[in-house]
Amino acid sequence: MTDDILIFAEQRDNRIHPAALQLVTPARALADKTGGQVVACVVGDQIDTAAAAMNVAGVNRIITISNTSLAVYSATRYRTALVAAAEKVQPRVLLLPASFMGRDLSPRVAARLSAGLGTDVVELDLDGDGALEIHRPIYNGKASAKLTFARDRLAIATVRANTFPAPTDGGAAATESLAFTPGAGDDRITVKGIERAGGEVKDVAEADIIVAGGRALKNEQNFALLYKLAKELDAAVGASRAACDAGYQPHSRQVGLTGKTVTPKLYIAAGISGAIQHLAGMRGSKVIVNINTDPEAPLAQVADYTIQHDLFKVIPALTAEVRALKAQS
Amino acid sequence: MRILVLIKQVPDSTTRIKIAAGGTDIDRTGVKLVVNPFDEFAIEQAVRLREARSDIEQITALTVGPAKAAEALRTALAVGCDDGIHIQDDAFAGFDELQTARLIATAVKDGGYDLILVGKQEIDLDSGHVGPAVAEFLDLPHVGTAVKFELAADGKSFTANRRVEGAEETVQVTLPAVVTCEKGLCEMRYPSLPNLMKAKKKPIKQVTAADVPDAASLFASVGGTKMADLQPPPSRPPGKVIPGEPEEAVKELVRLLREEAKAI
Ligand SMILES: Cc1cc2nc3c(=O)[nH]c(=O)nc-3n(C[C@H](O)[C@H](O)[C@H](O)COP(=O)(O)OP(=O)(O)OC[C@H]3O[C@@H](n4cnc5c(N)ncnc54)[C@H](O)[C@@H]3O)c2cc1C
Repeated sequence: MTDDILIFAEQRDNRIHPAALQLVTPARALADKTGGQVVACVVGDQIDTAAAAMNVAGVNRIITISNTSLAVYSATRYRTALVAAAEKVQPRVLLLPASFMGRDLSPRVAARLSAGLGTDVVELDLDGDGALEIHRPIYNGKASAKLTFARDRLAIATVRANTFPAPTDGGAAATESLAFTPGAGDDRITVKGIERAGGEVKDVAEADIIVAGGRALKNEQNFALLYKLAKELDAAVGASRAACDAGYQPHSRQVGLTGKTVTPKLYIAAGISGAIQHLAGMRGSKVIVNINTDPEAPLAQVADYTIQHDLFKVIPALTAEVRALKAQS
Repeated sequence: MRILVLIKQVPDSTTRIKIAAGGTDIDRTGVKLVVNPFDEFAIEQAVRLREARSDIEQITALTVGPAKAAEALRTALAVGCDDGIHIQDDAFAGFDELQTARLIATAVKDGGYDLILVGKQEIDLDSGHVGPAVAEFLDLPHVGTAVKFELAADGKSFTANRRVEGAEETVQVTLPAVVTCEKGLCEMRYPSLPNLMKAKKKPIKQVTAADVPDAASLFASVGGTKMADLQPPPSRPPGKVIPGEPEEAVKELVRLLREEAKAI
């Protein structure tokens, strides 16, 4: 085991996942303590642009593993690739984004490498002996756990998006490539197709701003109001389970316990009561706005700003105001 | 074809979480325990396969947990699983998710299961390690966060749609394999009273540490994270109610979002 910190620099379509870039900040902080290097590993096919995007301040080395069979994510092939990188670097800590890919891949890699694993991490540090310790929300955000890792083995953590800032300065990392040798049985998973859901509209799991609506929207047509505001803010549209179950929005837009967990910079909730299962998915947002006629709605307890008026008045006014603001600047 | 469904008993999602004395666990007195909602999808998917086909020989539900977790197995049996496996031993009590996955993999490796279904995540620890890690320990492929599942007529492979950021992937996988179930796949039916009665007669096999050879060494080398401290979630700063008529309030909101919160 070296003192290095390895990052899985998730990319899709040759674009680095924003949460992967954000990993550099905690990785650098850990490496400054261990005295090791920060090594980023980019896996895919034709990933030059993605690899170049990882060349930011704080990264010492970039390892690319490029192969046509890695063009799209496969749990087995990407496992093999990342395990190869980890065996080459022998890092003390491996960080992945807590994205769908990171959360799908990390348990396999941890199992293969006999590592420890912590998921959806919001704080990480080394203890006096140099073992990783992390904080993560559990019980759907109703508690915060501190986990300690064994010092004698690789520690793996997936880190929540928007927990750390991405470095803004360019870097001077050395890039090397590692050949991909598929493992036996890696071809048991074949990706047949990838369909973008919701056309050009952003997904809640990817957006910095989310405008979400609840049962109070009353029907699918009324959600157009939220899409208009979302367009002005370059935001994604989310929904409560009540709104999804009623068919106003597809389940892929559901936020909450049985929907997606989101941590955007701004979450605007319109006509959502804030049931505990909804809060589970969004209480980690940086800034929360609550638009609800009911002053007792539990969402007010986590909101930074509340407007107690009819959303059908507030949302169009807000859309107009944001539009006017953009016209000024 | 033999199907294994992995389930966990968890506090109901409406539970008010209180931290127990000692600060490393929650206070479980009076807490309502249910089948993990994502595991419900796994149970239902298995039962639907049985209803749609004639080649499903056996559906086994497995849980790791204390005596009370048998209730979760009974629910699975009432919905249509044939038998249960209950792994429980004080020796396993402090296991983290990867060690639990290793335990499950060890217990089922000779079971001849063609398909292993499990929820994408447990709503207590919220980690989602068990499905993919069991797949890795058993050297099986897995599909995570499946929202659609179709078994090929010959029962040798399946096609699944999995949800990822902004997209749905369609993947084809050869069996045996592990699938983790996401919301949207299906909703579990309520077990009827007669079926709950019948479930009491279905067999549940008990597995303890004595049944797992070399238990100590098997688990010493993987995972090993420890819950050191449990706290209520960090509290958010108190919010502001913005006064005034809608138009005014919106202007003030935009100003605050720009100048105070720097969010837009
Ligand atoms: C196992 C389980 C998992 C669940 N998972 C999720 C999940 O992932 N996500 C989720 O969201 N829920 C989930 N739920 C459901 C959750 O308990 C709530 O039922 C749901 O969140 C309610 O949705 P809502 O806020 O849109 O509707 P309601 O609770 O009906 O709230 C509507 C709100 O709109 C307000 N309102 C009405 N009219 C107006 C108006 N004109 N202008 C402004 N405000 C108005 C009302 O005051 C009210 O607060 C889950 C439940 C269970 C049991």
